Amino acid sequence: MNKKQKNLLIRIIIAAVFFVPLYLISEDIVHVNMPQWALIILFLIPYLTVGHDILRKAFLGIKNGKMFDECFLMTVATVGAIALGEYGEGVAVMLLYQVGELFQSYAVGKSRKNISDLMDIRPDYANIETEDGTLERVDPDEVEEGSIIVVQPGEKVPIDGVVVEGSSALNTAALTGESKPREVTVDDDVLSGSINMSGVLKIRTTTEFDESTASKILDLVENAASRKSKSENFISKFAKVYTPFVCYAALALALIPSIFMMITKVGMAGYASTGEMWRDWILRACTFLVISCPCAVVISIPLSFFAGIGGASNQGILIKGSNYLETLSEVTTVAFDKTGTITKGNFEVTAVHHSPIDEAKLLEYAALTECHSSHPISLSLQKAYGKKVDPKRVTDLQEISGHGITAKVDGTDVAVGNEKLMNRLGIPFHHCHHVGTIIHMAVAGEYAGHIVISDELKEHSKEAMAELKKAGIEKTVMLTGDAEAVAKQVAADVGLTDYRAELLPQDKVACVEELLKECTGKKRLAFVGDGINDAPVLSRADIGIAMGALGSDAAIEAADIVLMDDDPLKIAKAIKISRKCLGIVKQNIAFALIIKAICLVLGALGLANMWIAIIADVGVMILAVLNAIRCLFVKNL
Amino acid sequence: MKKTYKIDVDCANCANLMEDAAKKTEGVKDCTVSFMTLKMKVEFEEGADPAAVMQNVRTNCKKVEDDCEIFL
Repeated sequence: MNKKQKNLLIRIIIAAVFFVPLYLISEDIVHVNMPQWALIILFLIPYLTVGHDILRKAFLGIKNGKMFDECFLMTVATVGAIALGEYGEGVAVMLLYQVGELFQSYAVGKSRKNISDLMDIRPDYANIETEDGTLERVDPDEVEEGSIIVVQPGEKVPIDGVVVEGSSALNTAALTGESKPREVTVDDDVLSGSINMSGVLKIRTTTEFDESTASKILDLVENAASRKSKSENFISKFAKVYTPFVCYAALALALIPSIFMMITKVGMAGYASTGEMWRDWILRACTFLVISCPCAVVISIPLSFFAGIGGASNQGILIKGSNYLETLSEVTTVAFDKTGTITKGNFEVTAVHHSPIDEAKLLEYAALTECHSSHPISLSLQKAYGKKVDPKRVTDLQEISGHGITAKVDGTDVAVGNEKLMNRLGIPFHHCHHVGTIIHMAVAGEYAGHIVISDELKEHSKEAMAELKKAGIEKTVMLTGDAEAVAKQVAADVGLTDYRAELLPQDKVACVEELLKECTGKKRLAFVGDGINDAPVLSRADIGIAMGALGSDAAIEAADIVLMDDDPLKIAKAIKISRKCLGIVKQNIAFALIIKAICLVLGALGLANMWIAIIADVGVMILAVLNAIRCLFVKNL
Repeated sequence: MKKTYKIDVDCANCANLMEDAAKKTEGVKDCTVSFMTLKMKVEFEEGADPAAVMQNVRTNCKKVEDDCEIFL
């Protein structure tokens, strides 16, 4: 509990201690001879103790022209009740209202702290080794790229880098939601925000602090608040219209029936006097005001989204705003990129066919031609070549998008690419029966065979598709630049409902647009990619999900939802979290409005007194807040 | 120019109200309030004096939510 909450708690206790005996006296349960005016003054003690800040806020609200808020409702209702001689009820309403406020503030504070603790990945310092071998603590902001930092067991890695000395296990739970520690040793990349668990690590930093993973993630999380969901916008607009409306309705309730009866004399028989009748209707209006207090909805809706986003980030799913959480829950079609999303993307050369020249020589040509590309396929060619590539041997390099690369290697013409490239160059080629990515080669204008590169499916790809289906996703489509045969096989292996093969990067956007057209009504489309080459598609889809995005700036920028690791199961999890969260939001709205509507009618008919009104109000709020906090618990979804 | 301030506020809705109030303050180009981290990020308009603008932001926020605090 913070200071403000403790303060309120003390005030509530003091007020309650005063209130109970006074209430018993005023209801004549305990007989004490006391003049009426003394009772009023005594009742004012607990009333002001517990409610003075509400009165103050109501007053300030009127002064600032924003009068119709909860404080105003409570002030009018309680002052009204006390003025009509219902001291006990008036004070009780204020007391219980504050109990509700305290509870709400405590529960919200607690869940807020839970989330922020889990996301506490901001490193406070970095250790730099000085010349005499001692460690010096410095501000991570001051560490330059390429410096050597030392991370001791129990400390957070402050800046992204590469291990140069030592080996250890890292806890990356705060980053990826993965609880299994990650073993690292020399030459492994480490990400800032992970916690060193066992050994001392010396790390050469590869970025500056501001550009480090931890800083970027925190930035993303902190900015998530700026994008509001439709529900939240609806609630804030709703509150602006609703509160003034109930105030006028209460006023009408206090005046119209009484005036009507005074004029027509209908129903006057039920009251001892005209004064008695006025008193009854004004009291009903006060009850009506208490019931109509909108705090349950106003407080629980933003809290639900906040908790949902917080719970998701704890699972390594970063959602950039509550509007995306809302849209995600409506997704029925998911489109996937293949490489890096469904498959691992660690391509390996598995065969070389029909090569008239030496295989090693062919790989050398291929590796040299692709030396400037960082595409996974190029990297695998370079890996298969195994030696260091000298880019000076390559001249006249020309990249033909969606086809391949032509260049001169040591003065010899080399073309590396797919079938389209061979067709374009007019070189006859052999088809390959193997499933995988086929790289055709031409050396000096002659066909020189092809290289087969295959990719592995991710461990959980199949399971992930099954989970998506279970979560109610109707359509799963894979978009790939790969050959038909590869796409078909992968799609069948993991259980996708559809696939589109041999797409150029720009075709993917067109494909997504086509799929978007099929999503009519409330259906939405999500695209999942690894952020390499698919930023335009990520931003075109209703929801762009980037996975394995740690380290890819473009993806973090373009995507709406960022999965910290590359486990496809997280996609289904994200969708389930969003559904749960939106479900809770709808439950809360429906629950609160129905209870309020019933009580309002009862209040207007005079069947509900102030006690029922305040218990309904505070009770609904407490239940709604507790329900909203359920959004936090998403671990086992 | 962007600056980040620590804030104190009790409920997620109040944080939203503060954000709206800050956005409407003269000299503020954009503002986001993160309830989770209890931080307010303010982007100032060019030529605005952050210290003076923030005083107004604070006053405006207090108008919508008396309980809030911005640590300047």
